[in-house]
Amino acid sequence: MTEGAEVVTSVRAGAWSCPLPLRDHERIVTGHGGGGRLSSELIEHLFRPAFGGEVDDPAHDSVVLPVPTGGARLAFSTDAYVVTPVIFPGGSIGDLAVNGTVNDIAMSGAIPLVLSAAFVLEEGLELATLGRIAEDMGRAAAAAEVRLVTGDTKVVEARDRGGLTITTAGYGVIPDGVELGPKRVRPGDQVLLSGPIGEHGMAIMSLREGLEFESQLRTDSAPLAGLVQTMLAAAPGGGVRALRDATRGGFAAVLCELAEAGGTGIEYVERDVPVPSDVAAACSFLGLDPTHVANEGKLVAVVAPEVAEVVLEAMRSHPQGREAVRVGEVVDDHHGIVVARTGIGARRVVDLPLGEQLPRIC
Amino acid sequence: MKYLDEFNDPELAAQQFEEIARIVTRPWALMEVCGGQTHSIVRNGIDQLLPEQVRLIHGPGCPVCVTPLETIDKALAIAARDDTIFCSFGDMLRVPGSHHDLFQIRSAGGDVRVVYSPLDAVRIAAEHPDKEVVFFGIGFETTAPANAMTVVEAKRRGLTNFSMLVSHVLVPPAIAAIASSPDTQVNAYLAAGHVNTVMGTAEYEPLVERFKVPIVVTGFEPLDVLEGIRRALLQLEQGRAEVENAYPRAVKAGGNPAAQAVLAEVFEVCDRPWRGIGVIPASGWRLSERYRDFDAEDRFEVTDLHVEESPLCRSGEVLQGLIKPNECEQFGITCTPRKPLGATMVSSEGACAAYYQYRRLALQEEVRA
Repeated sequence: MTEGAEVVTSVRAGAWSCPLPLRDHERIVTGHGGGGRLSSELIEHLFRPAFGGEVDDPAHDSVVLPVPTGGARLAFSTDAYVVTPVIFPGGSIGDLAVNGTVNDIAMSGAIPLVLSAAFVLEEGLELATLGRIAEDMGRAAAAAEVRLVTGDTKVVEARDRGGLTITTAGYGVIPDGVELGPKRVRPGDQVLLSGPIGEHGMAIMSLREGLEFESQLRTDSAPLAGLVQTMLAAAPGGGVRALRDATRGGFAAVLCELAEAGGTGIEYVERDVPVPSDVAAACSFLGLDPTHVANEGKLVAVVAPEVAEVVLEAMRSHPQGREAVRVGEVVDDHHGIVVARTGIGARRVVDLPLGEQLPRIC
Repeated sequence: MKYLDEFNDPELAAQQFEEIARIVTRPWALMEVCGGQTHSIVRNGIDQLLPEQVRLIHGPGCPVCVTPLETIDKALAIAARDDTIFCSFGDMLRVPGSHHDLFQIRSAGGDVRVVYSPLDAVRIAAEHPDKEVVFFGIGFETTAPANAMTVVEAKRRGLTNFSMLVSHVLVPPAIAAIASSPDTQVNAYLAAGHVNTVMGTAEYEPLVERFKVPIVVTGFEPLDVLEGIRRALLQLEQGRAEVENAYPRAVKAGGNPAAQAVLAEVFEVCDRPWRGIGVIPASGWRLSERYRDFDAEDRFEVTDLHVEESPLCRSGEVLQGLIKPNECEQFGITCTPRKPLGATMVSSEGACAAYYQYRRLALQEEVRA
């Protein structure tokens, strides 16, 4: 995505000094990895200046690179995966590590081709667990039609108990004529969501905290590249403007990033956002907002109004988009800000979560 | 859990708004006592749709917000000890002490853990006999029974390495303090429904007698809040001042006797400072004599604290309903959820945080207009 390069013109790598927002924290706190404000500040004020302007826009899931010869374009992405517990209902850190990077590549409109995987294993990790995770990765790669082609393994002393970190990177090829990004978003465009939100985050949290609800919550981890290609095929004339997978920070964070990066306003109707009843119950119990909870198999699409219906139909014909809905619209007002129409018909500002969501006391 | 939808029904809400507009003939100010209600009101935009004559004043019922700075500083000092595992509910972690918050203590190597049930802290104490395990027991009457049970359980299991840093506060004395202030503008109170689930409604009768104000026990979903508002306004318009229960599906007049029994066993009433407000007599609980061994304040001699409140923060006035969050000069400028000057900007129940999160647009428009 070429927009990424525009933003970084003001870098003065030599004159770098710790900018104001980072002065609040002398050390890394959990929130710096939460995908919210603190994360973007870390990228904006520490990594971007230090890297000398070669980093993509932090709101982008993958970077689009022209291949020096031949005219093809590649989408490239990397992501590190940490989750406790490493195996959970419906999947494991292995599925996540494959699907997550596949989806980041797919959000540029690319067809993912290959992945690398690097493992940092803690002493004491059971081989059976690692075996199960590796099998999950193989299965997920097969389902997403990508090949795991190279990797690395390191072992570190266990701080608490045997866990692991997986980093995957990969690339895919962007078909000719496909050009996606928040800068292409226009007022009047429609906002589509590929299915119910909040399942992955609440599955992990209820398992971690031993909360039991009527039914067991399962992760929604799934590859989205097939769904993306189905959508692009349904609107070949560039009607699909921007795509984002709603992972860390959830549905709300994705809308905020799109509005900020595109400089448009976005409005959505709370009632139209599907939240499974068990997710709603778990969130209500913990005082969390389901629109801020992570998903691992859901995307948000901004599409031109004239193709909204046909793209929605195409999404519903695909297994990963069967419950796709239209939730909102891009507006020429409150630029950079997302506004929700509440259940009772009032309006409220939707903000990026600061860092981690914190369960309320009562 | 279908009720979440049922109590958020737009048509029923519209009917309630119409009914409220029909009842009201003159200006009234209502205080919702509980931070959970403030959050619901601002998040759902209930106050935007009320008649102009009805003003909602946000009360002091956010446990995170009113926990005294000195107690937070004590918590930070205890949490920083090498021999200690400090357990807390999640939203205390970002509350600023004089110099740090619990996240920063954790980042610097302190063992600070978020728990969802205080009993988790007892389990951690049993698993780590070589460590002191301290639970930060704060909140109103709602969270107190679980905290009380935790101390009972620790005693039953003979755990000598468990203690609780207690800063429990009580709703009725806070209402009394606000109602007896000469500056008060509050005409009626929406009581915090879940507090009444535990305590019942009897202790509110003397307040109604003494201050001649309606007190309506109110729930938290949008339609619950609207019903509380409607009943309070009806009382005011009819010149009545009574305790009324608008949340009967969760509140019985007698409350929860089993919970009250364990509270009476474990806690005793004490004077308690409220952050931003000051000491309110007989407004808190501390551990009773027979459970004093579990009091973290006694166990850890925390001295040498330099308690330093931001001179710019006006959260005290916000908590007493004297100003709206956006009337503070620092709101959204030097004070944001990322760098809060006071606790009301931290918890999602805090009035300042709720305004910042959901209201910036309306506030910008007001400024423009």
